[in-house]
Amino acid sequence: MSEPLLRIENLTKRFGGFIALDGVSLHVAEGERLGVIGPNGAGKSTLTNCITGLLRPEGGSVHFAGSDVTALPAHARARLGLARSFQLPRPFHSMTLAENLAIPRDYAARHDPPDPRELLTRLGLGAKADALPRSLTQIELRKLELARALAAQPRLLICDEAMAGLSHSEVDDMLGVLLVLNDSGIAILMIEHIMRAVMRFSQRIVVLDAGRKIAEGAPADILRDKEVERAYLGA
Amino acid sequence: MRGGGIFYAGAVAILIAGYAAAASGINDYYFYAAYIVLQYVVIATAWNILGGYAGYVNFGSAGFYAVGAYTAAILYQLVKPPLVVMILGGGIAAGVIGLAAGYLTLRVKGVYFAIATLALAVVLETIVANWDYVGGTRGTYVLRPHHAFGFVNYPRALFFAMLVLAIGSVVLARVIERSKLGRGLAAIRDDEQAAESSGVPTLRLKLFAATLSGALMGVAGAPFPYYVSHLEPGSAFSLAIAVNAIAMPMIGGATSWVGPVIGALLLGGAQQIATVTISSILNLLIVGLLLIGFVIFAPDGLVGLFRKLRR
Repeated sequence: MSEPLLRIENLTKRFGGFIALDGVSLHVAEGERLGVIGPNGAGKSTLTNCITGLLRPEGGSVHFAGSDVTALPAHARARLGLARSFQLPRPFHSMTLAENLAIPRDYAARHDPPDPRELLTRLGLGAKADALPRSLTQIELRKLELARALAAQPRLLICDEAMAGLSHSEVDDMLGVLLVLNDSGIAILMIEHIMRAVMRFSQRIVVLDAGRKIAEGAPADILRDKEVERAYLGA
Repeated sequence: MRGGGIFYAGAVAILIAGYAAAASGINDYYFYAAYIVLQYVVIATAWNILGGYAGYVNFGSAGFYAVGAYTAAILYQLVKPPLVVMILGGGIAAGVIGLAAGYLTLRVKGVYFAIATLALAVVLETIVANWDYVGGTRGTYVLRPHHAFGFVNYPRALFFAMLVLAIGSVVLARVIERSKLGRGLAAIRDDEQAAESSGVPTLRLKLFAATLSGALMGVAGAPFPYYVSHLEPGSAFSLAIAVNAIAMPMIGGATSWVGPVIGALLLGGAQQIATVTISSILNLLIVGLLLIGFVIFAPDGLVGLFRKLRR
């Protein structure tokens, strides 16, 4: 088997006495769709922040695209092709949508950077390219998060609960967008609460509970897993 | 780039008009007053590069200004170099302090950074007040050179020098604002983690802004010893500088180069008039009240107010 796009090993992150991540290992292959699920407080957001570099783990390593990025700051990882969306949309509020996308295009994209307006149009935000983020609806803000992540020309996109709070049809809308992106060759790591969405989207699922990986496998197997059931429903 | 053409033509026109005024028979007092106003254009513009563009509020502007002034005074005592060298020296010294302070403090955000800069100014003032070589609290005398670059007297030459510095710093600020660097700073101001995740090397950009901001404040302070002839910590580390450095960009509008210029001209001008007509003590009260009023009623300053009205 060739080297996966993302490989994390034994990742451990503590906040004081609290262990948020306890020796987590996982990998994402080139072009793969991996789902990460787990109850509240399982360490999903901490995992995202350790992979993207906003947090430094106390132990373990993160390898991306063939190099050890454990010691690299977040902006350098973004340049290697590691992009993320934030759980709560965090647009650059003083800039128009097109200007929002110009930041990753100028600072992270490697060669032949995508045109912000074209990207916005692809995500259905073309008409609002010159509007400010404050005029957007909730789903439009989520799409702006995605568009901004894409403007960095990622090889791996980490979606941190990109669908929380969206309606049924909006979730379907977002899933459609993500599948198209995946088709274009971008690997996607989906961190999500909405089981229906993760189960439908992911080729493989990793389950976290209390900072540890308790299961890994195909969506159908995960649904039958006793430990997963216990973590979610209580024993 | 029509806007750019108008901007640079305007800058050159102001420079020529300033030179003509300095060569004319206008009363010397106006040049003393205009020097202070222009000095505030430099200080407000410098503050805005870190405070307005990147969103890091510096309460210690007076410290950087004083580093420029005292570097010039030390150079004077050592070798009496030309004014240009004193200005460069003041800029470099204050820039180095800005870089060092930035390295130590830019990892903390918001109010902590503000407090750190305030503390830095206090530390610097304490050092200077206890340093005999520069006269301690008594201060030190700096005698103006006899030659005045062809002007009638030295204050007029100082006025023209400050005009050049003011225009230079505004041009610099405008260039930065419109560059990739300026967009990166704006991203930091809006959301630092999102900026970092979008590939913006936030620490490096902040350090650059802190260095340049500090350097320009030092540049503004360097001619000050010649202006006052007697430099002492009380005037170099004046509260008025720290307050005005924040108030002027806030009142003018902190997101673009125009804001600090408008703020400095309006507020600086009003203070000069108030000094003559009312009292010099009341100045800061006026500034304080204006600042409170703007923070409450027009948080984006006059520029923001103007944009809102035009919509």
